[in-house]
Amino acid sequence: MVRGMAFDTSRRQVVKGFACLGIGATLPLCCGGTWIQAVAAESFTLTEIVDGVHVFTGANELMNEANHGAICNLGIVIGDDAVAVIDSGGSIVEAGAFLAAIRGITDKPIRYLVNTHMHPDHIFGNAVFRDAGATLIGHRNLPRALAARGEFYLRSYRNQIGATLMKGVEIIAPTMLITDRQELDLGGRKIELRAWKPAHTDNDLTVFDPATQTLFAGDLVFLEHLPTLDGSLLGWLGQMDELAAIKAAHVVPGHGTAPASWPQALQPQRHYFEALARDLRKAIEDGTPLAEAVGTAASSARSDWQLFDEYNERNATAAYAELEWE
Amino acid sequence: MKAVRQDRRPMAGTASKMAAALALAACICAMPSLAYSQAANAPSEKIWNELKTDVFEDRTIQSDTGLIRIEAPKRAQDAALVPVDIFIDPAKFPGGIKSLTLIVDVNPSPVAATFQFGENSGVTHLSTRLRVDDYSYLRAIAETANGELHMAQTYVKASGGCSAPAVKNQDEANRTMGQMKLRQFAEQDSQTGKGRELQLMIRHPNNSGLQKDPLTQYFIPPHFIHKLSVSQDDRPILSMEGGISISEDPNFRFDYTPDGNGEIRVEAVDTDGKVFRDQWPLEAAGL
Repeated sequence: MVRGMAFDTSRRQVVKGFACLGIGATLPLCCGGTWIQAVAAESFTLTEIVDGVHVFTGANELMNEANHGAICNLGIVIGDDAVAVIDSGGSIVEAGAFLAAIRGITDKPIRYLVNTHMHPDHIFGNAVFRDAGATLIGHRNLPRALAARGEFYLRSYRNQIGATLMKGVEIIAPTMLITDRQELDLGGRKIELRAWKPAHTDNDLTVFDPATQTLFAGDLVFLEHLPTLDGSLLGWLGQMDELAAIKAAHVVPGHGTAPASWPQALQPQRHYFEALARDLRKAIEDGTPLAEAVGTAASSARSDWQLFDEYNERNATAAYAELEWE
Repeated sequence: MKAVRQDRRPMAGTASKMAAALALAACICAMPSLAYSQAANAPSEKIWNELKTDVFEDRTIQSDTGLIRIEAPKRAQDAALVPVDIFIDPAKFPGGIKSLTLIVDVNPSPVAATFQFGENSGVTHLSTRLRVDDYSYLRAIAETANGELHMAQTYVKASGGCSAPAVKNQDEANRTMGQMKLRQFAEQDSQTGKGRELQLMIRHPNNSGLQKDPLTQYFIPPHFIHKLSVSQDDRPILSMEGGISISEDPNFRFDYTPDGNGEIRVEAVDTDGKVFRDQWPLEAAGL
């Protein structure tokens, strides 16, 4: 059923989800028994990047009320019998628009929701797809990570994006857990899930569609948006070659332009991580304390990235504490 | 920088009783502050005003006397790793200080740790890393030899977003638990008056617990190092009790005055009753 193996821009198809919701329109979402009023000021656009693979590109911003938490890339893969959704988005509003956009493309059942990792921009919309009947899938470490962080996420994001946008958001752990590799059969099309060792987080999962050589990398790949470190810098660097060995033609990164050439898309973040590690190793060797070292580490990479000031010191803090043990 | 591991004797009996008592105490203190955190901007001060009598009864606490100073970033970059520096002015503390209590008002269990200092230990600067759950004052309260309490405080804005005060790499933390590393730094030039410095690093998830698992509604049990002692031979330099809000892989850097050439010895006990010990010869010239 899948014809075009290569990425073909001429056959792109665009489906808008938010577009069908005017200002003040009511989006019928049943979440914990409440109807949610979705006021979507901007459009949610799904683009078909190759046959049966549709992608939403998030904004390179922090989650906030105005962007509906829609800051990461989301996608779907459509088989003969069913649909797999990759990440659910950063709010019920976004996830509702995503579901509406999917329904504008296909009536096939949404059999799976794959969570690529624990972060709120990727999982806050889970309830919408659970209610749509999808089985939730994640890394074997994802339930543990959500147990330790879920309460904090619900509280800190209420402050950050506001109670209105947090409405209906639930922390929902996957029931189908991946420890290594697993295939999902969508009917005439099998996609490959792969659990990784700690890198961006300790629960990173990728999705590969061999038919179109499309890799959904989750946040193991960042473009333009500074990578964020919430797992292991050494683990991330150490698995970069294994990632590059995936026989993909293109990648949908967790953040940034999608699709992008593979494995070239790994190069910018590799460069950043190496600069960060180099600067911090020198600081540690010199006895420079953490609080002082994180202010200047990787500053040579500042102009290469968006959101550098928002995330670099945090990355440096986590990386310093890890590299101290080398 | 050698890390020699030796002789870890589990002392399950007594320590697990202590852990149980501690967990109970922690759950009790968790309730009021969890309630406070419901209101987004609940002032840290309000919590402190109720907390201080629980911790220090009705003793007078003097503020801004210049005897003690605390520094932390204005905004926490990583909620799980907030560096904090405490400075004690040796000129104003001729008798030295007996103890130092670190408090994070809004954390589920606000008393982060209490440090005791050995006689003539010469500690004038201590830095460590804390978990900070929300917008909060960090407070350092020193008790002088004659029983006065002096407080310094600094306000830290929460990191927000997806940076949670949780262990980043749980499997690795469990696997390496108990490993220690000691770095020794030589004296700085005499102008700064800084003495020799030690940096003690201990591998431990140091999980404060107290987070309510949204999936099960149960509290995650705490597991952290709650007793620590650092000595030169048998001479105490510094010890710690509590430790619930100390970051994963507890890390302490402090100056001290050595006496003779005796080795540095460390013993740490966690809330599961596991005991970790290590020792290092005094380096003639550190870094």
